[in-house]
This record gives sequence, C-alpha cells and structure tokens, in this order.
Amino acid sequence: MSNDVYVVGTDMIKFGRFPERTVPELGAQAALMALDDCGLTIQDMQALYSGNLFEASGGVGQRILREIGQTGIPVVNTANACATGATAFREGWMAIKAGVYDIVLCVGCEQMGSGLLGGAGGGKGIPTEGLLGSGTMPSVFAHVGLEHTRKYGTTFEQFAKVSVKNHHHSTLNPKAMYQKETPLEEVMGAEMISYPNTKLMCSVNVDGSAAAVLCSEKKAKELGLMGRAVKVRASALSSDPYTSRNIAMMDFNAVTRLAAKTAYEMAALGPDDVDLIELHDCFATAEIVHYENLGLCKDGDAGRMIDSGATQLGGRIPVNVSGGLLSKGHPLGATGIANIYEVTTHLRGEAGNRQVDGARIGLTHVVGAGSACAVHILEKVQ
Amino acid sequence: MSAAGAAVKPAPTTKGAVPFLVIPKEGEPYLAGSKCGKCGEVVAGSREVCGKCGARKTMQHVKLGTTGKLYNYTVVYRNFPGVPVPFISAIVDIDGGGTLKGNLLGVEPVPEKIKFDLPVNIVIRQVPQKDKDGNSYLAYFFEPRS
Repeated sequence: MSNDVYVVGTDMIKFGRFPERTVPELGAQAALMALDDCGLTIQDMQALYSGNLFEASGGVGQRILREIGQTGIPVVNTANACATGATAFREGWMAIKAGVYDIVLCVGCEQMGSGLLGGAGGGKGIPTEGLLGSGTMPSVFAHVGLEHTRKYGTTFEQFAKVSVKNHHHSTLNPKAMYQKETPLEEVMGAEMISYPNTKLMCSVNVDGSAAAVLCSEKKAKELGLMGRAVKVRASALSSDPYTSRNIAMMDFNAVTRLAAKTAYEMAALGPDDVDLIELHDCFATAEIVHYENLGLCKDGDAGRMIDSGATQLGGRIPVNVSGGLLSKGHPLGATGIANIYEVTTHLRGEAGNRQVDGARIGLTHVVGAGSACAVHILEKVQ
Repeated sequence: MSAAGAAVKPAPTTKGAVPFLVIPKEGEPYLAGSKCGKCGEVVAGSREVCGKCGARKTMQHVKLGTTGKLYNYTVVYRNFPGVPVPFISAIVDIDGGGTLKGNLLGVEPVPEKIKFDLPVNIVIRQVPQKDKDGNSYLAYFFEPRS
C-alpha cells in the first residue's frame, strides 16, 4: 500500500457577501458540504486544519467544530497570507503522509469587507502610504506587471485580456461571485486603480469558504471512496528567497518558481503534463507573470500566450476556468481550498459546462504577500 | 522637576519618516543602509544578519547613494481617503546598491511620460504632515536628474 494521499470529498459555497453571517458559520457550511460529498461525518475525522487570515487569533477551527460537532479532535489554525487555505490543506496532507492520521478535514474561510487591501505605514510616526510610494495591493501588483512590461514590452491590452478571459469563464461557474461577460473595451475603460490595473482587473473581495476531506489510500479503500478520489501528486510551499529588490518590491516570482520547481519534481511531472491550472490571478497583471513562473511558456512569451487563446477553456492549457480570483472572488483563507475544489471537480469529470475535456492532471497555485507560495498537483485516479 | 509618575512630554522634534532616514546631530540627513562584509550586498535599513548570504557580524552601516535609476513604477489613481492622487509610486535602484520605493516627483503622473531607467536624484525634504505629538518629519523623494 502506498502512502499517497487522496482528496475524497470537497466542496465550496457560492462566493458572495454575507455580512450577517459569522466566519465559523461560513466555514461550517463548506465543511458539511465536503463531508456530504464523500458521505462521511465529523465523527469520522481525526483532525481539523483550518485556514483563516483576518481572525487568525480567534480560534476559527474550534468555532467551526462548535457548529458541526465538538468531537475533541486536534485543531490546527493556519494563517499564511493568501496561501492560508492551501497551507491548511498542506498541513493535513503532511499529517497523513507522515502516518499520524488516516483521514482529516481541511477548511478555509474568510469574510472580507470591501475596499483596498494593503497600504504602507500606519504604525509609529506618520502614515507613509502615498508619501513613500504605495503599498496597496493594486499598486504592488501594478509593479509586478510593469516589471514584465519593462523586460518584454507586455501591453496594457494584454494584461486586460486576462480579465476578459476569466470573467468569461465565470459565466460557466454557478459558484462564482459574478457571471458576467466583460468585453475588452469595458475592462480597459473601467476606473484606473493603479496603472495598468483597472477596477475590472482587480480580484473581488468576497466572503466564502471551501473544504476538503483528505484520506490515506488504505482508509479510502476501506471506506470504498476510491471511485471519485483524486490523488495529491505534489504539495509544495515556499517563502520568498532573497532578491536584491525584495524589500522595495514584494516578490511573487522567485517564490512561485521555487514552489513550482519543488512540486514538479515531487510529482515527477512537467508543465506539459498538466491539463488545467487554477493560479493566483489576484490582479490581471499577476496571471501573466505566473504563466512563466509556472513554466507554461518561455520567459517573455506570456503576452503572446494570452493573445493566442492557449489559456482559455478549449485552449492548450486552460487557466482559471472557474473565473479565477478576478471573477469567482478571493476570500483569502478560502481561496487555496476553493482551487483544490475546482481542479478536483474537473479531474472527476463533474465540472459541467466548463469541464476541461479529458483532464487527468491539474495544478493549483496561490501566492500571498510577504511572501508565501503553495503549489499542489492533483491527479485523476486510474 | 515633574511630580513622581507624571509623564513629561518631550518638546516636538524632527524625525525620519522611516527608521533608516537618519538625522545626525551634525551634518546632513541621509538614508542608511547595511553592507555585508562577506558577500557585498547592500540593503536599505539596519540589518544584523545578511538576508542574502546569512552571514553574521559582517553587516556594516553605510550611507546609501543619493542618485539612482528608475527600475519600475505605477501611477496610483485610487487610494485611501485623504491621500492625494494621482501620484507615481516608483522603484529606484540606488547607485552603489540597494533599492527603494518612493514617490517620483517632477514628472507628470501619466504612464506615457514615465521612462524606465530615468536617472534620478534621491532628495530628502521636510513634509507637511505631523504626528499626534506635533513632531515634524523628513521623507525621501525621487526627482529626474538632468
């Protein structure tokens, strides 16, 4: 018997705005949906790994159990920027891989509010936002995009095409926050936030939750759950390795390349083997650089890649067929597990109108400011 | 002398908007950095250990250069209430080592008018903002170097 780990149950709530609900309520809803997906109960779970950022000190995992059953199992609460949910998932994967548990529940949930994230200063002295440049997320990711422009001449229009594509994909996903086409003129003509990111090129702040049940091969066979199981071929996590501009310009590239390299090596696969990808399109500019960071094209070819349609549904390597963070929405702690749900759904052949035909291998990627990057590679079971 | 336990509020003074903007008792204000004696890397700010090579007890206090080149930018049109927009958030590679983020002044905040690799001076100026204790602040800015 191998020590492989499988996703046997997973689901997410439709992302939206639920100010009247609590964070644990959102998490509990996705947890119960994931348990229902594999026909199990909280009594079957040996541990809970909970991902939430904005209430990181608030024992969210324990509060989820108060909603779904206080069985006394160990709870681990994770907070790791936009990689929070993926980190919770990975902690569960590691525990099973290590042989400590056979079956665990991983939940990510977040309530976001609205408006700009980030911004510099605010501690001692005077606020430095707008005085010493900008630390808002749209600005930070504008820098990410314009560095690509500097190196390769990538245009505003090419960045904007990412939003056109992902908003189109979301029209096929009933769980996305929005299901609305946004033509190129509309994306480029929307309010400019930080050049070249317009409002329609920024991910949507939404509330949401997603969950997954992870299981050892032995246990999955015992429970008769191999039929819809999806194998975790690789799980990689990285922090930003030193780069000389790191302090002034937050790194999302080196950190992603490091996690991707680790994941491809662990899976003994390459980018050409992957059939679909959910990557961290927190801003349209980010998706472009991650084509190269994840090895989907050569360095410098990402602008041409979006032009070619290769990353649309039906293209060579569909990216963010869920609608991505841009249109599905980005509840920070939930995002990493929502990506797992999306890829798993395709590998099971259950993605309906947006199904990537014949998908056997899928990759998920999240990267958070600070920086933290998680890459998972999932495989359809034979 | 104050009564025991009563806080004595210090007279307002002038401070740096970031910890590495140093205002010496004598001489001109400057931006401070750290240089690793082992690998030669220069970074803005004070460091005990080199982030690049991990060497300890090799970091030397240095004055950062006062000129540089525009590596990257964005024009910020939307920000928090009270922050004047538009402005240019610039990334500048400092001649002699280190990289800073700051506002680029003296260039129209329009993407077409901003050129990568623009040579800049790094200048230190007093800003109008004061903190709640009435302290004044110096900040650094970038300006085109003709």
